[in-house]
Amino acid sequence: MQRWLPLFPERASTISAQVDHLLYFEIAIAAFFAALIFTLLLVFAVKYRRRSETERPRPIVGDLRLELVWTLVPMVLTMVMFAWGADVFFQEAHPPRDAMEVTVVAKQWMWKFQQPTGQREINALHVPLGRPVRLLMTSEDVIHSLFIPAFRVKKDVLPGRYTMLWFQATRPGTYHLFCSQYCGSQHASMIGWVYVQEPSQYEAWLSGRRATSVSPVASGRALFERLGCITCHVQAAPQRCPRLESLYGKPVKLTTGQTVIADEGYLRESIIDPQAKIVAGYQAVMPTYTGQLKEEDVLDLIAYIKSLSPPAEESTP
Amino acid sequence: MSSTLTAPSPGTSAPQMPRVHYLNVDYGVKSWLFTTDHKRIAIMYLVVATLFFALGGTFAGLMRLQLLTPHSHLVQAETYNKLFTMHGVTMIFFFLIPSIPAVLGNFLIPMMIGARDLAFPRLNLASWYIYVIGGLFTITAAATGGVDTGWTFYTPYSSIYANTNVVLTVVGIFITGFSSILTGLNFIVTVHKMRAPGMTWGRLPLFVWAHYATSLIFILGTPVLAITLVLVGLERVFRIGVFDPALGGDPLLFQHLFWFYSHPAVYIMILPGMGVISEVVACFARKRVYGYPFVAASSLAIAVLGFLVWGHHMFVSGQSMYAGMVFSLLSMLVAIPSAIKVFNWTATLYKGSVSFQAPMLYCFGFIGLFTIGGLTGLFLATLGIDVHVHDTYFVIAHFHYIMVGGAIMAYMSGLHFWWPKMTGRLYPEGWARLAALIIFIGFNLTFFPQFILGYLGMPRRYAFYPPEFQVLNVLSTAGASILGVGYLIPLVYLIWSMRYGKPAGPNPWSAKGLEWQTTSPPPTDNFIEPLVVEEAYAYAPYTPEDRKRAKHE
Repeated sequence: MQRWLPLFPERASTISAQVDHLLYFEIAIAAFFAALIFTLLLVFAVKYRRRSETERPRPIVGDLRLELVWTLVPMVLTMVMFAWGADVFFQEAHPPRDAMEVTVVAKQWMWKFQQPTGQREINALHVPLGRPVRLLMTSEDVIHSLFIPAFRVKKDVLPGRYTMLWFQATRPGTYHLFCSQYCGSQHASMIGWVYVQEPSQYEAWLSGRRATSVSPVASGRALFERLGCITCHVQAAPQRCPRLESLYGKPVKLTTGQTVIADEGYLRESIIDPQAKIVAGYQAVMPTYTGQLKEEDVLDLIAYIKSLSPPAEESTP
Repeated sequence: MSSTLTAPSPGTSAPQMPRVHYLNVDYGVKSWLFTTDHKRIAIMYLVVATLFFALGGTFAGLMRLQLLTPHSHLVQAETYNKLFTMHGVTMIFFFLIPSIPAVLGNFLIPMMIGARDLAFPRLNLASWYIYVIGGLFTITAAATGGVDTGWTFYTPYSSIYANTNVVLTVVGIFITGFSSILTGLNFIVTVHKMRAPGMTWGRLPLFVWAHYATSLIFILGTPVLAITLVLVGLERVFRIGVFDPALGGDPLLFQHLFWFYSHPAVYIMILPGMGVISEVVACFARKRVYGYPFVAASSLAIAVLGFLVWGHHMFVSGQSMYAGMVFSLLSMLVAIPSAIKVFNWTATLYKGSVSFQAPMLYCFGFIGLFTIGGLTGLFLATLGIDVHVHDTYFVIAHFHYIMVGGAIMAYMSGLHFWWPKMTGRLYPEGWARLAALIIFIGFNLTFFPQFILGYLGMPRRYAFYPPEFQVLNVLSTAGASILGVGYLIPLVYLIWSMRYGKPAGPNPWSAKGLEWQTTSPPPTDNFIEPLVVEEAYAYAPYTPEDRKRAKHE
């Protein structure tokens, strides 16, 4: 199937057509201006070539109108580019609310994915056709970047925080998945495949691997009990520490007077470094979990906390 | 010491070399290493920068060879990573940044404004030594194992995880930064205080305007890079948490600080080239540069706006979406002054008297390639497109169109244009035109396929790649070998011409800048006779004879 000389990438997501249309627009603008400049250079160079060593061309006084034209016309065109590009970017930053969530943990030099039903994969990601997929990503070591050319999406994956990207596949097939942020000696080997399957095939694939999988919510609940979170956050008096039901996605008022949205980043920080942000009306009594939890554990705990909020009200940052 | 000099008599058919000039006024290694003559220091910069260019070019050649096949065994991945890092570090910090300012700027700024030297001649010599010492550190780092972080030194990879000579390399760049700062300071003071009577700001050559803008970036931007590199060193050596989240740091902070310098540094590399092009276009079209005030002001606009766009390197880094939008908007605006320059250069040819010697051929190459580089920059400033092409070969192609197609084309143009002034001799014109053509063809074959590769999705900094990208990579490598030949030819004939070239005479191009009013090579004090200060582009009918003729008509 591979072409000898590919000139254009496959197009396999909802956003990819939009990105390509924007590209065509800018190629048209660029081609017009490049052709204009090249033609003028060529015509002037030939027409006004030096015919005698003694010739002295007459000076030309500048023209303010001309200067304004070639300042304002490009400015207007670049503003169109900006607005169109920002619109696409805005969509890329806002996944649909019903997006299925896959977690990604990157490390030198592999990609670890976990399906919402718990199936884990390395350097491979199975997704169903036609359903929005939101990737919640973090790194165990250096900065990586997840890049799927056929979907026209890319986002850096950072240690110590979460980043997000989303896509909705539109064509079944197998597509490259690259690390595009240099991350050390085997950077060029940190590549994998995205498998876009018909929903029925995807379900079959999931159930084929169900035996060994525990969903992140279930693992998170087990951790929640084992680590003792449950003793304060559920069993103790509600004055002792904030309840976690219906917390995700809601504004939280802090002792500093600030209000923050309880997104994944906030939940992560409140587990790893609880002293960083204290909810108004509570004491800073929670012990720190710095260095005690794997990134996967934190993601499981967050999945559990998120499961305590009704999905209909789920909002995404 | 210049009293024995005889001015060349105009009208003599075969120009003679002046008897005493800055090159033969003194002999021996010491006379060079302890000189304070800006022209000799420029020559010393030329020698060292050429060595770094050869080194960086060799690294690039090895990279292109490795990429000839998808899974090449020429070098290991670790070695490839060191090659692209050292290629970037040498080309950017030790060639592109100093090349035009420290070689051509150093030689020409005092001459163009009618001064005997820069404001601080000994500081100028110190700048050269600092540059060489910094270079020695970085070469030592390369020779004793290399460094593999990429020239961008992203944390926490560079500060914690890399096992290569990061500190030594960073120290070298830190030291060399002071050379830039001192050169910038020297230029600014010189332009303010040393202009000859009558050399008003409105008469200043556009080359000087461009270097003035560049100098502002040198002194405002370079200290930020120095601080950033010190912080990387502190985290690496003493584990002081600044950038690594495991130590309580913020990895994005590094990117903000790094690009706050390194984006303006892009303009450090291209603005002086734009200055060269303004001079060459005027001379070879025999016309005043069209829209002089707009071309001059656009240099300053680029220098100012260049400080406000660093975040466009970080659209997918995890910075806030709204920050991305602001940086995209500002990046669009910084394109406008560049467009103004291109339009004005093109308009300068209109009703001119255009000739096609080598400097002008390079100049045409510059305008064409810079136009493509600039337009593709708009693609990258567009958020929706950048998300896809960020960190791919599209970016590589774009900045090589600006840096090689732009800055190095301009450097070659300027080097050929002022070579007769610097050496007193003419280079062989036929060979020079041939080399310009070869470089143009080789360049496009090397880098145009990379735009396509990038949009296809080939990430940068890959030692190996999926096989479907091979054909375009083969084209690119083929182009690189042509480009390499193209750069070797001038190296040979320029050296040859220093001994065997025909004496050039004071003004072989009938150019109008002050630097052409003295002998070639100039005497140590630059000028023998009192200067006639006109505007820099007094092509007809601004000369006295032409003014008379204009009155009669």
